[in-house]
Amino acid sequence: MKNRKWTLLLFFAPGTILYLALFVYPTLSGFYYSFTDWDGLSPSYSYVGLDNFKTLSEHIVFRKSLVNNLKFMLAVVICQTVISLILALMLQRKSKLSAALRSLYFVPTILSSVSVGFIWTFMYDPSLGLLNGTLDKIGLSGFTQNWLGNMQIAIFSLAAVQAWAHIGQMVILFVAGLQGIPRELLEAAKLDGGTRLQVFLRVTWPLLAPAAAVVVSYTTIQSFKAFDLVFTMTNGGPAYSTEILSTFIYNTAFTNFKFGLASAGSIFFLMLIAIITWLQFRVIRTDRASYS
Amino acid sequence: MLLRLTGRIILLLFTIAIIAPLLLVVFTSFKTTPQFFADPIGLPPSLSFHNYASIFEGQPMLRYFGNSIYVTAGTVLLELLFAGMIAFAIIRSGKKTGAWMQALFAAGLMVPAQVNMIPIYKFIKELGWTNSLTGLMAVSISTLLPLSVFMLANFMRTLPKEILEAGSIDGAGEWRLMTRIAFPLCAPYLAATSAFLFVIVWNDLLFPMLLVSGKQHLTLPLALLQFRGEYTTDYPMLLTGVAVVSLPLIVVFVFLQRYFISGAMAGSLKG
Repeated sequence: MKNRKWTLLLFFAPGTILYLALFVYPTLSGFYYSFTDWDGLSPSYSYVGLDNFKTLSEHIVFRKSLVNNLKFMLAVVICQTVISLILALMLQRKSKLSAALRSLYFVPTILSSVSVGFIWTFMYDPSLGLLNGTLDKIGLSGFTQNWLGNMQIAIFSLAAVQAWAHIGQMVILFVAGLQGIPRELLEAAKLDGGTRLQVFLRVTWPLLAPAAAVVVSYTTIQSFKAFDLVFTMTNGGPAYSTEILSTFIYNTAFTNFKFGLASAGSIFFLMLIAIITWLQFRVIRTDRASYS
Repeated sequence: MLLRLTGRIILLLFTIAIIAPLLLVVFTSFKTTPQFFADPIGLPPSLSFHNYASIFEGQPMLRYFGNSIYVTAGTVLLELLFAGMIAFAIIRSGKKTGAWMQALFAAGLMVPAQVNMIPIYKFIKELGWTNSLTGLMAVSISTLLPLSVFMLANFMRTLPKEILEAGSIDGAGEWRLMTRIAFPLCAPYLAATSAFLFVIVWNDLLFPMLLVSGKQHLTLPLALLQFRGEYTTDYPMLLTGVAVVSLPLIVVFVFLQRYFISGAMAGSLKG
């Protein structure tokens, strides 16, 4: 018996050592750098206490990136949840066509963000792109835009691409939720004379709430963590109108060489994500309890 | 009735919205640059493979594919082994040890890669591991451990305890129990986890960007990003790059979509 215990400890060893060295240690040292004025290059740096956090709280670009990130998140969550729910309702039936469409919608999810970014940079191109081209052709020239160049809408153009890339995954989650609802319940509701809308609101929606909670919380975290797409398509521009937290951290560290300040940004970001993740776990757990 | 119609219309519009950009990539990749500027969004007037040929001539594409395959295969296989061993040990060791180990890795779930980019970059530089694909692999494995351990421990918890206990009574050691009973019984879950990890590692941009440079070390997303510098606004060439990089991925997906989809589902439940 003792022997088994030691064997199991050996099972933990390789992964845990790697994890402690290349994950836990860097995370903890990130806390340390956030209290220094390190520039990322010079061998010496000094401890500056909470200065970085103070600078951050007054930093206009940082504030802007937080607001942008919130706008981006709200746009993605609303767009992604509503559309994927409607699509899932249309595609829940077990037919060949709906299975094929679900797979098709999943394709953008597996493409790299750089690919998706290039595709959409082209789609959005003001003079060559498909979007303005189509609007012109169908007589809606008034709606043509410089989608990524207009400071008011660029962040929403990016949110649309993020949603385009991930709706397929959310459709799958909703379909699984829908298929888990007992047929008899829906049929009983229909027999009682419920209209489609009534059945949806009174029966389907309450039973679908756990799936919706997963979709919303996952999308929230995903859109806070977005980096590749924004980095590829606008890298925060024009004039910081699409700067989000992760691009702010990256640019502060690797373009402006303010590692200390960027580390403070990372710590703030970590706290934010930790709170959201904690809420997510709570929401999902409560929902599971009410489901049974 | 109205509800159904609205749904149908959204279904149709969304299908177009998904297909159109993908088709546009294919169309554009078959256009020469003058053809493209004459009609940027129409069908290609003739099938020209010129862009494909010049991408393979001008770029060490096979090298990029090789790098991506090396890093991804290495990461996914070692991740399955290491995280699988940890997950197995979590369900097999006493309640207390298991819970502590699980908490240690679950804590990592809250730390996004972007938070760690600065300290990891610094640490790898100190170790002298920059420009090493193996160093990149080590970083990928460690940053994905929280997620993989979480997924695999959840899967292994569904195994009936009696099977492992019976094996144990028959005198099998833990390694044997894991490789002969737990892993085979969890095979579909392991496949789903691999597919999920594959997509993440294959497409990762952040860590390759921080840790490797120089043409001989680039992975595909990084190489693609560099194309923009070389083909500035030459959309036909850029989108040919996208097509070359994405096509193999789509082919893999078509054959193994079941695993990709169930992996993504299990992964999104854990955030």
